[in-house]
Formats: sequence, C-alpha cells, structure tokens
Amino acid sequence: MTGLLIVTAAALLISFAVDRSRTWAGIRFGARMLVKILPTLVLMVAAVGVLLSALSPRFLETLFGGSGPVPFLSALAVGAVALIPGFIAFPLAGVLRAHGVSTAVLAAFVTSLLMVGVVTLPLEVRFFGRKAALWRNLLSLVAAAVVALAMAVVLK
Amino acid sequence: MKARKAGHGLKTALPWAAAGSVLILWGASRFWPGFSFGERVGRSALGFFLEMAGILPAMFILVGLFEVWVPRASIERFLGREAGWKAVPWLIVLATLQAGPLYGAFPVAIGLARKGCSARNVFIYLGAFSSLKIPLLAFEVGFLGWQFSLARVLISLPAFIFVGVLMDRIVPGWTPPEFPALPGKRPGR
Repeated sequence: MTGLLIVTAAALLISFAVDRSRTWAGIRFGARMLVKILPTLVLMVAAVGVLLSALSPRFLETLFGGSGPVPFLSALAVGAVALIPGFIAFPLAGVLRAHGVSTAVLAAFVTSLLMVGVVTLPLEVRFFGRKAALWRNLLSLVAAAVVALAMAVVLK
Repeated sequence: MKARKAGHGLKTALPWAAAGSVLILWGASRFWPGFSFGERVGRSALGFFLEMAGILPAMFILVGLFEVWVPRASIERFLGREAGWKAVPWLIVLATLQAGPLYGAFPVAIGLARKGCSARNVFIYLGAFSSLKIPLLAFEVGFLGWQFSLARVLISLPAFIFVGVLMDRIVPGWTPPEFPALPGKRPGR
C-alpha cells in the first residue's frame, strides 16, 4: 500500500511538472469514476462486515477438515464468497494446514479466494456489465476447481 | 416502465440501508455487551473501509493520469486485438507489479479497455492480477511453501488465459458499459 502511494505521488508530481491542466483533467476523470461507484462501495463494506464476522477460523477448520468432496466444495464456496486480503488469508491457510486440512482443500480455498469475488460482484457488474461479470466469476470458479485438483495431483 | 423505476429506487436505497444495518448492529453491541456479533461486524466493516480508503483514491488518480497521458495508439498496438499473443507477457508484467485486492484492478482494466485493449486481454489481465501478484507470492511462499506457490502459479497461468479466451467468445465486442471505449484519440468528453 505504501508502494502504491509513493508511485501515485511520484506520478502526480511529474505530471504536474509537465502539464498542470492536463493533470487536473486526469484527477477529475478519476474522481468522477470513484463517485460513480461510491454507492456500490458502501454496499460492499456492509456485506464484508457481516460476512467476515460470520467466518471464524474455528468454523473454517471444522468445515474444511476431513476428506471427500464436501470440504473441497465448501472451500471453493467460502473462497468465492469471502473477501480476505492476502496478508490475512495466507497465515490463515497456514494455520488450517497445521490443523490437518488437506492440500486439495487449501488449494481450492486459496485459488477461489484469489480468482472469484462474489462480494465484489456488484462493483464488477457496474464496471464490466452484468453478463461479463457473472461469466468471469463463473468461469473463474470452474478454473479454481480445476487448478486446485491439478495442484492436489502434483503436490499429492 | 413504472416497475423499472421502482427497481431503480430500491437499488439506490439498498447500499445505504445495508450500511445503516451495520451501524445498528454495531450500536446494539454497545448496548448489550453480550452481543459480540455486532461488534465484530462493525470492526470488520471498518477494517475493510480503511483498506479501500487506502487503496482506491490512489488507484483512481493513477487511472485518471493514465487516461490523459497514455496515447491510445500504443495500448492498441501492444494490447489490442492485432497484438495477438505477444500481448500476454505485457499483461502479466503489468499485473504482477501491482499489489492489492482484485477490485483495485477493475478501474485499471477499464482504463485499458477504453484505450483499445481487447476484451480477451482485459480478462487475461484480471486473471493475472488475481493470481500472480509478486507481493502476494512472497506471503504465500512464507506460509504455504514454495512448492505450493510454484504449482499454483504454473497451473493458474494456462487456466486464466483460457478464461480470457472464453470470455472473448461469450461477450464478443465487449466494451465497458459505463465507461465506453474512446472512439478517437482525444480523451474525455
């Protein structure tokens, strides 16, 4: 995040030095885009608040433990719905593995967490349109399942 | 027509209603200390809000600068339809150098699409962004081991390229609905 802020500040400074009015035009464009999606962002904040509090590490442990297709499918589903930043998700995955969750289930959780975003779907629909957003998420969910199964085979 | 209008009203009211219920849940936990769910909801909503507040303004400024400075012709040449498969390495480099959650890549993808990046490449970019970010890999290797990361990266790569190819078939001639592709060379309206 600090990296992003530094890059943005540097880009702004250079841009201002080269052409002041053009820079303002760029900032106005970005701001207009942000304002346009603001209501969708508010909705997302609320949804994330409720969803993240419903998912405790202990709950995930019982859900993902054991063998068979049920833990695998629930890992895909939880990963698709949850919106957990990487610096929380990976330590969590490490804890789950230490508690005996299998590689296939962990891979399913991580890949669908990264590639599918059900909570951010309203935002994605605003940006990409309903059809494209729904299909991207559906295809990514299938891709996540395939990748996770292949990983389980490779890593056994 | 009337039903459509009512639906629209509901759509604008929904985010504020949802935010209001989060506030009510949080407030309730202040009154009844036993109601810890409300407190957790408030805390994770605040945490997520702060995360977005740290990322999105900078992201949108960058997209704005991209909009006014980067010539459409160069994006078309490197990432457009005629660039073919040569675009893929560029997309991957662009995606891996960034950090942050996937929703931060949405405005960037729109910025690219407006300048002539093809639909297939927009979705390959999103796929690369979601699974190949370098800061993320560092974390993953630390907690799950390099074998796990390497296997995931190598298997994800063809998977999201395939998703991009399929998306191109499913929504042919796709262009972002609210921020359509620019027709001429000049940015803005």
